[in-house]
Amino acid sequence: MALGLSVIFGVVRVVNFAHGEMMALAMYLTLALFTALKLDPLVSLVPVAAALFVFGYLLQLALINPFINRPEHSQFMLLVAVALILVNLQLIVFGPDAQGVRTAYSFDSFQLGPLIVDAAKVYAAAAALIVAAALFAFFRFTLLGKAIRACADNYQGALVVGLDVKRLYALTFGIGAACVGAAGAMLMAIIDVTPAIGPAYTLLAFVIVITGGLGSMMGALLGGLLIGVTEALGGVLFVPSAKSMFAFGLLVLVLLFRPQGILGRKHL
Amino acid sequence: MGRVLEGVPRRGLALAAAVLALLLVFPFFASGYLLAVAFLILYFAYVGQAWNIMMGFAGQLSLGHSLYVGLGAYAAAALYVHFGLSPWLGLGASLLLCAAAGAVIGILAFRFGVAGVYFAILTIAFAEFARIGFDHFNWVRGSSGLFLPVASYAKNDLWNLRGSPTMFYYLMLALTVGAFIVCHLLLRSRMGYYWLAIRESPEAAQALGVNLFRYKMIAVVISAAMTAVGGVVYAFYYNNLFPEQIFHISRSIELILGPIIGGIGTLAGPIVGAFLLTGLAEGLRELMLRLGIELPGVKQVFYGLCLLAVVMFLPDGVWPPLARALGLERKARD
Repeated sequence: MALGLSVIFGVVRVVNFAHGEMMALAMYLTLALFTALKLDPLVSLVPVAAALFVFGYLLQLALINPFINRPEHSQFMLLVAVALILVNLQLIVFGPDAQGVRTAYSFDSFQLGPLIVDAAKVYAAAAALIVAAALFAFFRFTLLGKAIRACADNYQGALVVGLDVKRLYALTFGIGAACVGAAGAMLMAIIDVTPAIGPAYTLLAFVIVITGGLGSMMGALLGGLLIGVTEALGGVLFVPSAKSMFAFGLLVLVLLFRPQGILGRKHL
Repeated sequence: MGRVLEGVPRRGLALAAAVLALLLVFPFFASGYLLAVAFLILYFAYVGQAWNIMMGFAGQLSLGHSLYVGLGAYAAAALYVHFGLSPWLGLGASLLLCAAAGAVIGILAFRFGVAGVYFAILTIAFAEFARIGFDHFNWVRGSSGLFLPVASYAKNDLWNLRGSPTMFYYLMLALTVGAFIVCHLLLRSRMGYYWLAIRESPEAAQALGVNLFRYKMIAVVISAAMTAVGGVVYAFYYNNLFPEQIFHISRSIELILGPIIGGIGTLAGPIVGAFLLTGLAEGLRELMLRLGIELPGVKQVFYGLCLLAVVMFLPDGVWPPLARALGLERKARD
């Protein structure tokens, strides 16, 4: 999930403020597939990611591309508007109640030494690792991935060599959105979905990505791990409901001492 | 007085006077509902104006202004509830607290060169931090909410801010007019020009010897303190405070929609924007009510669509083209 945000920012340099909302959308899609076709969330990961890819591609092409050279806050507001529309459309269409899926392995668990782990979480974590690895390989080894990285490095340079930057941007946004879709499908196996989940996850994703370093994929992974551990420790040591404070505290520290993030590059 | 009016086009003055007169007599004709809507419009115009100092003038995007609304509201309300302190005295505490909060954020951000999107996210982080913190702050009742004793509407007690909606309406009107004049003066001052220079190009401003740190700090502190006043009135008008609501990021966003739609960096923008947005949204609600449709998210979808349309087609907001149409464009000065 945070990976998607990092990909989008790293290349397109637009802060996607509708990220959590897009993930909630993916979760509802997964839910719909489950109720209609009895599709397991981890299977519907593929069609949902594909659907979100199309959504992200079109969003970038139609709305965001004209904004590439606009000032930062203007892009920001655009995505805030998209987020507002998305989250409330979900509220209208799906209602405010929490809805979840029950899979065959919902109540299974594995025992690892002294730890007991939910089976659903293990499967989801495995799927997340696979997606991350695939994404990493795509950016490193394919020609298309190279072209996208070129756009990220130097917008004008990419234009000069004849890359279709706008199409690549749309593609990147699509890939980022697909990551979000995959994340949403995985998450659906673990937690219930409500429209309110979107904004909360947007914030969480931002915290993770900034901690790790905007635009750095390894940073997003590291940030996710770090925030997860911080929140868990904070929850254990103090009151569980205050755990997010620790995540935000960490964010503030990172912003102050290393604004580009732990693994981010300097010129950001 | 002479300084206030200096360089203001006569037509603009006439228009402002007409609008003010209309607003002054408004409560004599309006129903309770309309008065509540008008109060809301003025409230958003006021806090929008305060936000505009930071974003519109000095170019610092804050997405955490609910922090100042909340802190201001909580400080005055808690002092009133616990010690029976008049909100006018509590206001002092609110102002100090919010100015300090703004200063802390400003010092941290500007010393370490946090700017742009990062600055916006820092402000969100602080607002969220406060939201969760206040959820666990028992002196102000934590997440179960702080309630103010509800007084009878029979007599207006301005000293304790207990009274009828009409009293609150006039109070808010006075604040909005005050904020307008303050912003007008600020924009005309030497500092106002420094801010604009910083907004347009921080590097160029610095090269010309403008102390970036100092003037950004002043903008944040003024903006925070002004927002705090809005928070105090908000608390005593609604009589209840929940961290979950008042510090929430959607509040910060609601607050900045007005100035953005009206026109960032313009004086009339926040007022026009608040009027358009709240007016249209309430009109929409009324229409839906008449049609018997009840959908909880419609207002927000509508906000989103408005914002989308303005950001895409009128990047400078509604006011600049409107002002041109009304012939209020300031003559270019050399």
